[in-house]
Amino acid sequence: MQWTDKRIETLVGIMLRTGVTIAATVVLAGGVLFLAQNRGPRANFHQFHGEPPQLLSLSGIAHGVATGDARSIIMLGILLLIATPVARVGMCILGFAEERDKLYAAISSFVMAILLYSLIFHK
Amino acid sequence: MNELWFALILCVSSMIAGLLGALSGLGGGVVIVPLLTIAFHVDIHYAIGASLVSVIATSSGAAAAYVREGFSNIRVGMFLEIATTLGALFGAWLTTRIPTHAIGIVFGVVLLYSAWASLKQRHGAVTENPDPLALRLKLKGTLPEDDEIRTYVAQRIPAGFGLMTLAGALSGLLGIGSGAVKVLAMDQAMRLPFKVSTTTSNFMIGVTAAASAGLYWRSGYMAPSLVMPVMLGVLIGSLMGSRLLVKAEVRTLKRVFSLVIVALGVEMIVSSLTRK
Repeated sequence: MQWTDKRIETLVGIMLRTGVTIAATVVLAGGVLFLAQNRGPRANFHQFHGEPPQLLSLSGIAHGVATGDARSIIMLGILLLIATPVARVGMCILGFAEERDKLYAAISSFVMAILLYSLIFHK
Repeated sequence: MNELWFALILCVSSMIAGLLGALSGLGGGVVIVPLLTIAFHVDIHYAIGASLVSVIATSSGAAAAYVREGFSNIRVGMFLEIATTLGALFGAWLTTRIPTHAIGIVFGVVLLYSAWASLKQRHGAVTENPDPLALRLKLKGTLPEDDEIRTYVAQRIPAGFGLMTLAGALSGLLGIGSGAVKVLAMDQAMRLPFKVSTTTSNFMIGVTAAASAGLYWRSGYMAPSLVMPVMLGVLIGSLMGSRLLVKAEVRTLKRVFSLVIVALGVEMIVSSLTRK
């Protein structure tokens, strides 16, 4: 099938919807587990104190998910959600490359580089 | 209040915010931060973390519907995402460095602008001489209008690019989608048709927000037990809103919601100034 802008957009639309559905399901599952485990008084968000370090790295979250930690499962869902628009840009790179549109394949790759820099290397 | 009640009340409030945001076209994100800070006394850093996640969810969730309409322009979107993602990186960096009350004041001003922009009459796209830069960048497209296919070409690319950088910076600074500024850049500066501007803006919001999400995450702004009810609530509310949108008469609602946003904006500015 011929690659057209319309086809890229349709695939992107399907992908975004799938991504957000999966992410929301994971967040909901983590949330139900969290509420089942935490019945006491709620956490205090009046003052900013950051989040524990195990929730701030991929390896920490992966370890938390493996041990059934509810907060880590919610964080996994959030990360899946963040990954969805990144995957959208990736799909545009492929689509533009298939269309032989070098300029836009390059522009999409540049946007991807900014996103990866932010997600992986920044700070 | 225990965790379960807190989560339920947050989820329902966020659902209403998402519903009104979708119906008014202002987006749910713009009221989430004032809702969390004013009504729930949540620190603004946690509030913008939860808001940013909700913004990504709504943008992605609405995308399928927008694709079906066929007005969005992926080239215009991708080109301008260079500006919004770079702006977002800067905004997110800034938010970790400036004091809390300064974030609150900027937020209030943006709320006032969003309310004003949503009420202002939109104008039709004016056809000027095609911008040679736009033609080289293929920033053009077609749009069905009154049984004929109309061709449009973007105008004033540097102005649009500059405004998009600002939109990205505000998104990164405040955890919002800044759809109002994005539409301003495409509709007013670049003279793109209004429908193209709004639908392309929705696509760009998710990518822009993803650029600041990494820094928010690693700075500890995303608290799982707060994000969970807010994100799910906004997502459900905005999906309901986009279904209702086809039937509902939105003009009155838009006015009412704009008044609410003005009130929230004033409240944020005043409380930020007095709290210091």
